[in-house]
Amino acid sequence: MQQEQREIIRVEDLTVTYNSQMILDHVSFTVAAGDVFVILGGSGSGKSTLLKHLIGLYKPASGHILIDGQDIIAAEGRDRLAILRKIGVMYQSSALFGSMTVLENVSLPLEEFTGLPSDAIRLIALIKLKQVGLQNFGDHMPSELSGGMQKRAAIARAMALDPRVLFLDEPSAGLDPITSAELDELILSLSRTLKITFVIVSHELSSIFTIADRVIMLDKQTKGIVATGNPHELREHSDNPRVRQFFSRLPSSRT
Amino acid sequence: MDSPGHLEFHSRKIEGSVLEIIIEGRLDSFTTSTIWRRARDTVASAKVPTVLVDASRLDYCDGSGVALLVHMRDQQLRSGGNFEIRGLQPELQALVEDWRSGDLAGAGQYDEQATSLVEEIGRSIVEICHDIYSLVIFVGELAAALARAAVKPRAARLRDTLRIAESVGVNAVPIVALIGFLMGLIMAFQAAIPLGQFGAQIFVANLIGLAILRELGPLMTAIVLAGRSGSAFAAELGTMKVREELDALKTMGLDPVPFLVVPRVIAAVLMTPLLTIFADLVGLIGGAVVLVSLGFPLITFWNQVQLAVGYGDLLGGLAKSFVFGVLVAAIGCLRGLQTQTGASAVGESTTRAVVSGIILIVIADGIFSVIYYYLGI
Repeated sequence: MQQEQREIIRVEDLTVTYNSQMILDHVSFTVAAGDVFVILGGSGSGKSTLLKHLIGLYKPASGHILIDGQDIIAAEGRDRLAILRKIGVMYQSSALFGSMTVLENVSLPLEEFTGLPSDAIRLIALIKLKQVGLQNFGDHMPSELSGGMQKRAAIARAMALDPRVLFLDEPSAGLDPITSAELDELILSLSRTLKITFVIVSHELSSIFTIADRVIMLDKQTKGIVATGNPHELREHSDNPRVRQFFSRLPSSRT
Repeated sequence: MDSPGHLEFHSRKIEGSVLEIIIEGRLDSFTTSTIWRRARDTVASAKVPTVLVDASRLDYCDGSGVALLVHMRDQQLRSGGNFEIRGLQPELQALVEDWRSGDLAGAGQYDEQATSLVEEIGRSIVEICHDIYSLVIFVGELAAALARAAVKPRAARLRDTLRIAESVGVNAVPIVALIGFLMGLIMAFQAAIPLGQFGAQIFVANLIGLAILRELGPLMTAIVLAGRSGSAFAAELGTMKVREELDALKTMGLDPVPFLVVPRVIAAVLMTPLLTIFADLVGLIGGAVVLVSLGFPLITFWNQVQLAVGYGDLLGGLAKSFVFGVLVAAIGCLRGLQTQTGASAVGESTTRAVVSGIILIVIADGIFSVIYYYLGI
């Protein structure tokens, strides 16, 4: 990785509350373009909530989230659509539309937001499916695919409009180790060949060590970031015992 | 468990101050249940400073056996005495000692807060206000989306609209026909008896014509629509919400209201008046069957109906059904979009969709009656 990288996401002083309970307290971080950036933390540390703020689904109590220099929180109407065009999201449950075939799922954003003729849309969608290895499954319904394939299809749909950033919510949740490793491979290859920035919420250690360039670790007690950096370095050299404990997969000592 | 295990439970007092309890055999979930009360009563009635349990001849003891020992211990300790277990396997002994009666303190307090009537009322009012607030927002969004759809109808959603129109309209024809036919038949039959006493059986035709065209045709169609399609919309959208598909739409930049609600509302609005015409017709046929079987020629019935009802009655009924269609479809979609998380939430939304749909139908029907009365329709 080069030292000088442009930042694509900047989060400033983000404070998040849920039912008047504070989840994140003045969190700030940046994501460099082209990185595979992993948000991790124990259960209930607010990592999925943070992701939903980054993609503009929830409004924070205060703070700013800039995607490629534009504030996704303040944006309305046309500006907001322009920002949403720069991101793609794969949800934990894949969230493919059950009433459409896989190909129609991938084509949907193209149909809605471009004026391309239908044969062009079909071709683009098939190319996206090929990139995730599902070129032969375009005519299947999502429910006919296995869990790993559904996640791949969801990634293909998220990539339909060639976003700059792909957000993945727990990609390895519910997958067996082999499928999970294959998904890691896919993420790495997309990151290298297409230079897409990945922001991934995960707590799957093995996959974090394989794919992550940088991680931030959230903590329930401090309601903020307790560690930032490369996962290998954090495991060896973090001065926070809880961080080393997390990366070395040790249980917290019983009190 | 292959066979009910053997268990023996004896107790005896030694020197008046010690109660010795001997437990022999299997202490499993089956046998424990047979001696639980006896054990408790034995300890309670003995009222001795020391209770000694001899478990050395216990062959097997599972979780319920441990619970029994813990229960007896806590009972004895509460009354200020001593409790001792002898001869229990060390692992089980550790399990018994691991549980302190204090462990439960605070566990049950969480949900047991009684709410006062005032609190309940306040809470429901706040909920109703929230509901009205979200309803107002939804009506605004829907109106804006419908206006935009009217300006430029897009080809892609047209396909969805047709698919939904099929399930709302075409597939509902049998049930609407059945209910409409029976409604006409039963009403005509009931009316024929009293009217016959006055020799006025032919006026059954007037009654059927007016009641079905003005009131029952639209109303029954709308209620069938609420039960069939309002619930289906809520379940469909609710499932999409639970499966994060609505979130996916939003992050694609597609608003669920124009994308999902508008096709459903348009489909329902187009189909309800058509279904109503069908219900009207079948209802009249039901009435005709009764009158013909009473000996009137069909043409007499037909002429009588034509005398009794005018286009105003038919169009008034269709105008109602148009509004019912909007209400049922919109409330079904709204309840679907409001679904909370979890599988049971979808069922809840479906119920709420049907109930709200029927309430709205009845309220709207009342308003229509008043308006039609003053307009003289």
